[in-house]
Amino acid sequence: MNVLEVRGLSKHFPIVAGMMRREAGRVRAADDVNFAIKSGETLALVGESGCGKTTVARCILRALRPTSGEIRFSPEDGRVVDLAPLSRSQLRPLRRHIQLIFQDPYASLNPRMMVGDIITEPLVVNGVPAAERQVRLLELLDLVGLPAAARTRFPHAFSGGQRQRIGIARALALNPRLIVADEPVSALDVSVQAQIINLLLDLQDRLGLSMLFVAHDLGVVRHVSDRVAVMYVGRIVEVAPTIDLYATPRHPYTRALLAAVPKADPEARDAVTAPRGEVADPANPPPGCAFHPRCPFAIDRCRVDRPELVEVAPGHLSSCFRASDSALLA
Amino acid sequence: MVDRAKPIVSVRELAVEFHQHTGTVRALEAVSLDLYPGRVLGVVGESGCGKSVTARAMLRILDRNGAITAGRVTLDPGTPEEQELTALPSEGRAIRAVRGGRIGLIFQEPMAALSMQYTVGNQMMEAIRAHRDPGKDAARKRAIALLHEVGIPRPETRVDAYPFQLSGGLRQRVGIALALAAEPDVLIADEPTTALDVTTQAQILALLRRLQRDKRIALMLITHDMGVIAQMADDVAVMYLGRIIEFAPVRELFRFPRHPYTRALLRSVPDLDATPRQRLATIGGAVPQPGSRPPIGCPFHPRCPEIIQGRCDVAIPAPVPPGEAGASCFRLEDAVA
Repeated sequence: MNVLEVRGLSKHFPIVAGMMRREAGRVRAADDVNFAIKSGETLALVGESGCGKTTVARCILRALRPTSGEIRFSPEDGRVVDLAPLSRSQLRPLRRHIQLIFQDPYASLNPRMMVGDIITEPLVVNGVPAAERQVRLLELLDLVGLPAAARTRFPHAFSGGQRQRIGIARALALNPRLIVADEPVSALDVSVQAQIINLLLDLQDRLGLSMLFVAHDLGVVRHVSDRVAVMYVGRIVEVAPTIDLYATPRHPYTRALLAAVPKADPEARDAVTAPRGEVADPANPPPGCAFHPRCPFAIDRCRVDRPELVEVAPGHLSSCFRASDSALLA
Repeated sequence: MVDRAKPIVSVRELAVEFHQHTGTVRALEAVSLDLYPGRVLGVVGESGCGKSVTARAMLRILDRNGAITAGRVTLDPGTPEEQELTALPSEGRAIRAVRGGRIGLIFQEPMAALSMQYTVGNQMMEAIRAHRDPGKDAARKRAIALLHEVGIPRPETRVDAYPFQLSGGLRQRVGIALALAAEPDVLIADEPTTALDVTTQAQILALLRRLQRDKRIALMLITHDMGVIAQMADDVAVMYLGRIIEFAPVRELFRFPRHPYTRALLRSVPDLDATPRQRLATIGGAVPQPGSRPPIGCPFHPRCPEIIQGRCDVAIPAPVPPGEAGASCFRLEDAVA
C-alpha cells in the first residue's frame, strides 16, 4: 500500500525582470515528477545540486505550492488526500503525519529550549497530556540512543551526531506516517555519520518507517534505501530497486554519477571517471533529453525528442532511448 | 623511483595554540611532515583534527588568536636557498613571496580567494604581476593561457567575467588557475572539492592530478574524505586531535592500517558495494569539542576499542618519525618490542 504517490508534480519558479516585474522565463525546478513510496519503504531521491530533489521534498511538505500535479498522501489506512491544492488550514491537521529530519543539526534546534521540550513540542502542539508526554519522551530518548538525563540539557551541550539524534526523536514523536529526511548525515563527520546511518536502519526495522531520503551521497544511499530515484535538471531519469540501480544502471547519467564517486580503494583509481561538461541550466534546459550534451551515448534522436520514463525491467524505470541498448549495459 | 631524499618543504614538531575566552586550546602537537616534488601528501581526519590549522600555520595565516608555540617549517631545506618560514614575520614582503609565490593555496570555497568586485582576469593579472611582472599585456595573455590550462571553456571571454557569473565548478577552476599564477613549486589544497557535486569533484580532482604530475608540484591535499585520499594521495597522514597518528604510503594505509582510529575510520566509510540495509562499523562517541579533549593519555583513548588500561589513558605514545610508515600507538610499540 502506498503512503505517498506523487503524480505529474511540477514546480516552476518565474524569473522576473525589468521594472514591470514581468515574467522573463521559468526555472523548471521540478518537472512532471512521478513516484510512489510504499508503507515501510525508504525511497532515496538523489542528484546533484540544482536537480530539484529538495524542491520535490518541499512540495511534499507543502512548504511550497506545486505548480501542477498531485501529491496523494495516505494519513491513515484507507484514506487518501491530495495535498497539492490544500490551504494552510486544511493542511494543519495533516502535518503531524509527515515529519522532517533536517540537514544541519546546529541550525535546526532552538538553542534556548531544553532537549526534552524540543522533542515534546510536537506533542504539546497536538494536545497530548503532560503525563503521557513524559512517558513518550523517555521512550523516544531510548529509541534514538540518548540518555534520559539529556532531557534537561540544552542543545549546545551535544555534538553534531547527538543533535541529529535529538532531531530524529522530535521527528518520531507523533508516530508519523512518512519521514522526509533532507541530507540528514551530510553535515556529520564520517565516524558519526556511520552511527546515524545505523540508527536510521534500526528505526526502519523497529518502527517500519516510510521515508523519503533526499541525498547526494550515493554511498550513504546504498546503505539506507530500498529504492532509488535519480533526478537530473528537474526530472526523474531513473528509478529502481537499490541493488539493481547500482549493479545495472539503465541511464547514462546514473552511470556517470556512480563512476564519479571516489572509491575508498587506491587500487581502483582508473575506475573513477568524470563526465564532460556541466549540469544544464534548469531555466534553459537543452532540447530533447537534458543530459544529451554530456552523454557519451547520445544519438540524433536524443537532441530532439524527450524520452519518457518507462519500465525497462521489472520495477526498473529509465528515461533513455538506449536504456536496453547493449552499449549502455556493457 | 621518486627521489624521497630531498623534500621541498619540511615541517618539524610544529605546535599551535589558540587563545579563547574559555582557555587555551592546543590545536597542533608535534606535527612533522615532508612535501616532495611530484608527490601528493594526503592529510585526512575529522573535524577538529588540525588538518587545516597545519596548512594555515605553514603559510603563517593563522587567525589572530592563534600562535605557533614550537617547531619549524622550512622551505628548500638543505639547499643554499633554505628559508625558515616560522622565523619570518607573518606579514611583509618575505612571507608574501612564499605565500602565493612558491606555495600556492586552494581553498574549499573558491569565493574565499576571489573578490566579487574584480573580474577573473584582473585578479589573475594581479597575482601574475605580483611575483614576476611581465607587463600588462603579457600578464593578460598568461591569465587566458592559465584559464585554458585549467579547462575553462572560452577563456578569452571568461577572463572578463566576474566570479559570481561562474558556476561552482568553474570558480574552483579559477581558484586553481589563481594558485598556479606564480608558478608555485608547492600547492596546498584545503578540501578543494568538498563544496562541489560528485561529477564536478571528479573533474577537479582529475585536473589537480594532471597539473601536479605535469609540473612536478608537491601537493598537500587536505580532506575528510577517504575516497579522495584513495584516489589522489601517494602518502597519507592521518590526523586526530592535533596529531599525526599514522603515516603510510596510500596502498599500505588502506591494506594494512596500523592505528585503531585509521582502521575504524576506513570501516565507517559508506560502501558502494554494500548490501541493502547493511550496517556500518562505528566508532563510539564523537570527536571531543576543543574544550573537552582528554587531558592526559593518547588523544584517542576514550573512543579506542583496543585501549590498554593504565597505559593509553596515562601516557602519550611517541609520534610517528617523519618519513617513516608507522602509527603513534602503544599497541604497535609493544608489537615491535
